[in-house]
Amino acid sequence: MVVSPGFTGRRRSGTELPPGQYLTHEFPVLSAGPTPQIRTDHWEFTVATESGETYKWDWKALLALPAEDITRDIHCVTRWSKLQTEWKGVSLDTVLADVETAADYALVHSYGGYTTNLPLEDLLDGQAWIAYEYDGEPIHPEHGGPARLLVPHLYFWKSAKWVRGMVLSDSEDLGFWETAGYHEYGDPWKEQRYAGD
Amino acid sequence: MERTAVRRRLSWQVATVADVRRETATARTIVLDVPEWPGHLAGQHLDVRLTADDGYRASRSYSIASAWSGGQIELTVEEVEDGEVSPYLVEVLKPGDPLELRGPVGGWFVWRPEQEGPVQLIGGGSGVVPLRAILRAHAEAASTTPVRLLYSVRRPTSVIYVDDLKELASSDHVDVRLVYTREAPDGEPRVGRIDAELIDQLAFTPADEPTTYVCGPTPFVEAVADLLVAAGHDPARVRTERFGPTGGPQ
Amino acid sequence: MTTYLDGNAAAGKLSEIFAVDITAAVTRCDGCGQTGVFAETRLYLDAPGMVARCPGCDHVLLRVVTTSSETYVDLRGLTYLRLPTP
Ligand SMILES: Cc1cc2nc3c(=O)[nH]c(=O)nc-3n(C[C@H](O)[C@H](O)[C@H](O)COP(=O)(O)OP(=O)(O)OC[C@H]3O[C@@H](n4cnc5c(N)ncnc54)[C@H](O)[C@@H]3O)c2cc1C
Ligand SMILES: [Zn+2]
Repeated sequence: MVVSPGFTGRRRSGTELPPGQYLTHEFPVLSAGPTPQIRTDHWEFTVATESGETYKWDWKALLALPAEDITRDIHCVTRWSKLQTEWKGVSLDTVLADVETAADYALVHSYGGYTTNLPLEDLLDGQAWIAYEYDGEPIHPEHGGPARLLVPHLYFWKSAKWVRGMVLSDSEDLGFWETAGYHEYGDPWKEQRYAGD
Repeated sequence: MERTAVRRRLSWQVATVADVRRETATARTIVLDVPEWPGHLAGQHLDVRLTADDGYRASRSYSIASAWSGGQIELTVEEVEDGEVSPYLVEVLKPGDPLELRGPVGGWFVWRPEQEGPVQLIGGGSGVVPLRAILRAHAEAASTTPVRLLYSVRRPTSVIYVDDLKELASSDHVDVRLVYTREAPDGEPRVGRIDAELIDQLAFTPADEPTTYVCGPTPFVEAVADLLVAAGHDPARVRTERFGPTGGPQ
Repeated sequence: MTTYLDGNAAAGKLSEIFAVDITAAVTRCDGCGQTGVFAETRLYLDAPGMVARCPGCDHVLLRVVTTSSETYVDLRGLTYLRLPTP
């Protein structure tokens, strides 16, 4: 290893962070494509189940559901972590309450074509939300507005920006990064960055 | 189609800083000894990788500022405020230090002396770096191809390669124009960004069939490329190099 | 501001994988059929991996992810890469 004398880079570590993460006070914008501009009057969230049933919510229907204030640490696989971020949104327990499914997996879809996969159980029991406010304001399009998934116990690529729906199924279909070498589950505390970690 | 410039897989190698040279208050030229340098084409770039003592790494791309005539290579880095890598390269790195790099790379944003047609160079800020390499290569090849450089800077003190550009502009085949966006020197009435009128007055026209190289911060490149296309230039003859952020995991 | 670079900027990463310069190759987008030099695609680097998209239709042309020990290269979005025969 060739050390660059005097180079420290961005500040890292801190015991409260998962391994290999550094702390940031900014909110870095990561994007693998253009930012979709979605009008809330066109927004729609669709759940398709393993039996072929579909369920839909428009923006009004989402806002009509009981919302929660959520304060959580978030961990991006590109190594930054941000502590105590504040969101408002609807728990997926609430969203999926009337959805009949026995599926094990969800493939989440976004406007712009992004996808990510999660076990359905990681979206339930107060672990995941459809968030539409960040820091008291509507979520900026760069950060996934009008609505994004929030699953803070997994690496942040699982918290799909511009979320538009999910397909529930008995088998696991991999998402955008998961088909290109990233870990299928992505637990930051186990440092599951890449496939096989 | 262009011939490709690189014909082998590359990996990182360690260069040594031979010298550093202040260009402006915020920019510095770094002269490097590179043990295995195959030579390069004007306009190519390389990637620099820094490693902290705990193994943390960051890498960024930098254009090669010099033309190749054997020996050393030069980079010129403009410090980006709160940047991770550029402040280190501008303020901390010193002669004798190692610097890991991978290059030369990029076979499209390049100029070859045997290339036909006039050359229009348009640079904003540090975007002048690869254009300077093209001018140097042009001088070294004693080329008679007409070249024009439009170089957009904030103010006279932001100009990098001041003396070098004067020397290069003394050639009959080279025309160098500075465009000041905030503050101009005495005797220069125009202050403002490159616009359609300026392109019309100073750049080669579409009928000249120039190859145009546009380089600088992303918004600059976009604005200039749009002006060129609106002025009737064939987009296929306009080559761009955006200097936006090049971070991300490496 | 989310922003992209020119495909040129992928040259370093790609040079670790391919022995020829892919950025000077002509590509055909599998989404819309547009052809162009790879250097003129739109490159997104502020992401978990490198993503190049078609300037015509934003279709993903290429993805590269470097893990701890391997590099994944997904060229699915390209109908072809056209290079001069050496
Ligand atoms: C092909 C290529 C060639 C390049 N050649 C040169 C060169 O010859 N000389 C040179 O000085 N730079 C060059 N750059 C830019 C360089 O790679 C870095 O992006 C730049 O030095 C900033 O890095 P950083 O780590 O200091 O900033 P970062 O830590 O990456 O960024 C810090 C902040 O500054 C912003 N920022 C980053 N880069 C820029 C920028 N260029 N302009 C405005 N804001 C920015 C970021 O969005 C962020 O908010 C080139 C880029 C490319 C793609
Ligand atoms: Zn396309």
